Amino acid sequence: MPKITVAGSSFDRAADESVLDALLRHGVAVPNSCRKGACQSCMMRAMDGYVPAEAQAGLKETFVHEGYFLACQCRPDGDLTLASPDNNAAFQPATVVFTEALGETVHRVVLSPETPLHYHAGQFINLRRPDGLIRSYSLASLPGTIPELEIHVKRLPGGAVSTWLCDTIKAGDPVEVSAPAGTCFYLPTREPQNMLLIGTGTGLAPLFSIARDALHAGHQGGIHLYHGSRSRDGLYRHHPLRDLHAAHDNFHYHPCVSGRDVPDDCIPGRADAVALHEFGNLAGWRVYLCGLPAMVHAARTQAYLKGASLADIHADAFELAGRDENRGAADEAATG
Amino acid sequence: MDTSVYDEIGGAVAVDAAVDIFYRKVLTDSSISHFFDSVDMDDQAAKQKAFLTMAFGGPNEYTGKDMRAAHAGLVSRGLNDSHFDAVCGHLKSTLEELGVPESLLTTILGVAESVRDDVLNR
Repeated sequence: MPKITVAGSSFDRAADESVLDALLRHGVAVPNSCRKGACQSCMMRAMDGYVPAEAQAGLKETFVHEGYFLACQCRPDGDLTLASPDNNAAFQPATVVFTEALGETVHRVVLSPETPLHYHAGQFINLRRPDGLIRSYSLASLPGTIPELEIHVKRLPGGAVSTWLCDTIKAGDPVEVSAPAGTCFYLPTREPQNMLLIGTGTGLAPLFSIARDALHAGHQGGIHLYHGSRSRDGLYRHHPLRDLHAAHDNFHYHPCVSGRDVPDDCIPGRADAVALHEFGNLAGWRVYLCGLPAMVHAARTQAYLKGASLADIHADAFELAGRDENRGAADEAATG
Repeated sequence: MDTSVYDEIGGAVAVDAAVDIFYRKVLTDSSISHFFDSVDMDDQAAKQKAFLTMAFGGPNEYTGKDMRAAHAGLVSRGLNDSHFDAVCGHLKSTLEELGVPESLLTTILGVAESVRDDVLNR
């Protein structure tokens, strides 16, 4: 039976068991959240032994080089010796600046990290509660302008962290935030390029950042943002996005309501269906898809079949961790 | 294997461009798309990339045994010569769209043809 050695102690691991599952089974505390290789909160470092490539998928080159890997995705053939799972270095203290309800279920939470983060629009952070629970949240703030970080939290019944963030925390409370991660982000282009942004629910958060970052960078080409929700109340950034629409010739906001009672200023239907019906040919477009996995995966195939190249489709599927909606980083693996 | 074909058409960048066109053709061909239809598009696209890299004579670690193991499940779902022909047809039209010269095209299609028996597990 393969062995894992951590801080001088060895633990057995079943052949098909992940390193994370084996360590948790033996009572070793390893931070973790999505368990799908997306959130990166279970990142550990191998000091000796062979780490399979799939356990390092999506990690930064520098991390790969240093032997870091995702414990939840790691099922090595042989033994491994690991650095102790003290992930503190990856987190820093932050303070809650304020929280604000944006409709019935979504809260906007603004945090001030001790040291400003350098991030790309579209990236996410892991947020750690004082009791150690971790969830990932996409950053909705505009990078490079203010040090405060904005996240959008959807309150889910039974969601430990989301109910805490929406109902309990207050200005001045301490949390911890990780370094930014994720590869679904905006980089300025030299050539004019049309962009299609489709988000459902709090999948709007990274798109809210990407759209404003692109406009801020003087992006040439149309930017079409489709935000979808079952009800008008779920379109929780309706007014700021309408203002942005009015202020920029090349920014177009398309609010979509998939349930009944569609107000006059919204489009009836699911955001992905409405958006992909609108454009016949997406060749040369850059596409960003954020929200629940079913929408993201389906829209991704459709966008590709409509001509968008694999390298231009950026997808971020929000997995559920516990009962909280957790953003994850299903990303463009084959796109280099 | 002749790695010069791979370099001549532009290496990894050419493979990415080819995968984009090729995989789209495969997914829209209803006679074969069900073999390729997967929730995980990254995973599928990576496989197409591995296949094209191999066909272009690029760096790959494919063996006949891998080919057999990888396709055994599909063969049991009915994968046969007609499907293999369809895939080769899409490869050919992809290369033509990209303007790959006739001589290279023949070499590439020859490499693809050479794995037919392994893919079909016979």
